[in-house]
Amino acid sequence: MMVIQILLVIFFLFALIKVVGRFRAGDLSKGGLVWWSLFWVVAGVVVMLPNSTAYFAKLVGIGRGADLVVYVSLVAIFFMVFRLMMKVEMLNKDITKLTRKIALKDDKDI
Amino acid sequence: MSLFVIIPAYNEEKKIGRVLSGLFSQGLENIIVVDDGSGDNTAEVAKSAGAVVLRHEVNRGQGASLQTGDEYAVENGVSTVVHFDADGQFNPADIGQALSVMKDKNIDVLLGSRFLDNRSQIPWTKKYIVLPIARIINRFLTGLKLTDVHNGFRILSRSALEKINITQDRMAHNSEIIKQIKQKNLSYLEYPVEVTYNEYGQGVGGGLRIIWEILQGRLTK
Repeated sequence: MMVIQILLVIFFLFALIKVVGRFRAGDLSKGGLVWWSLFWVVAGVVVMLPNSTAYFAKLVGIGRGADLVVYVSLVAIFFMVFRLMMKVEMLNKDITKLTRKIALKDDKDI
Repeated sequence: MSLFVIIPAYNEEKKIGRVLSGLFSQGLENIIVVDDGSGDNTAEVAKSAGAVVLRHEVNRGQGASLQTGDEYAVENGVSTVVHFDADGQFNPADIGQALSVMKDKNIDVLLGSRFLDNRSQIPWTKKYIVLPIARIINRFLTGLKLTDVHNGFRILSRSALEKINITQDRMAHNSEIIKQIKQKNLSYLEYPVEVTYNEYGQGVGGGLRIIWEILQGRLTK
């Protein structure tokens, strides 16, 4: 086993513990627990058995399993960034609305 | 026929007092300072100088502050609103004449311009490089051909006030207002105003940020 594999698996275990901790604290729903646990477990399997992705890679016409993982991860990350940007933009608009409402209401109270 | 002067202010305790006394000395009475979450005594200084102060608890930007002031003005039934800067760049004496020209010509929006007379001492890099480029970009983005860009001096009639809605919280509101003037078919006029340069203001970096804000604003609704 390569050092990188050990480090990654340790990190995934750490992430898994965090996920369970979040669930216990009530910050994560049951669905969230299942999804994120599955995510980190699958990530662990992919790291431990790199060839396990070769089957899917061939299926979609990519030579190596590792390449498939990189492509899928990139797409997922871009999508997440897009969603976060939209979310931040909407939060900004909401904060402005609230700030304005408070400013106009405070004036009436005086 | 009431008139409000709206001044968005962020950490302007040193300059706002002089700006307000200049405006009061021109016989203007209703001055609304929107304190945009300042960390200094802007609100106190403005209040003691005799202005109405609306306070943003957190900093939301100049566009957001102007919209807050505009909504306050509409709620209070004004007929005309003047947008004015808090940093002492503008000459309060320009307001009176601009108002009468606007009234004579029955115009919805009057936009201040630094380029229609020679009073403004514009730094040459700004006059010959930054602003001409900004003008072209602005024309492309807003569809309106103007002699000046991002001049914070403007006067809006009530009907314009009711139609224009500033959603660009930060600096891109200026282009947004111009765009809405075109979209909503408001009549407008450019009028010479004096701008005194205490500091450089928006440089190239600021300009790029504005373009970014405009493009981002187009993607979200």
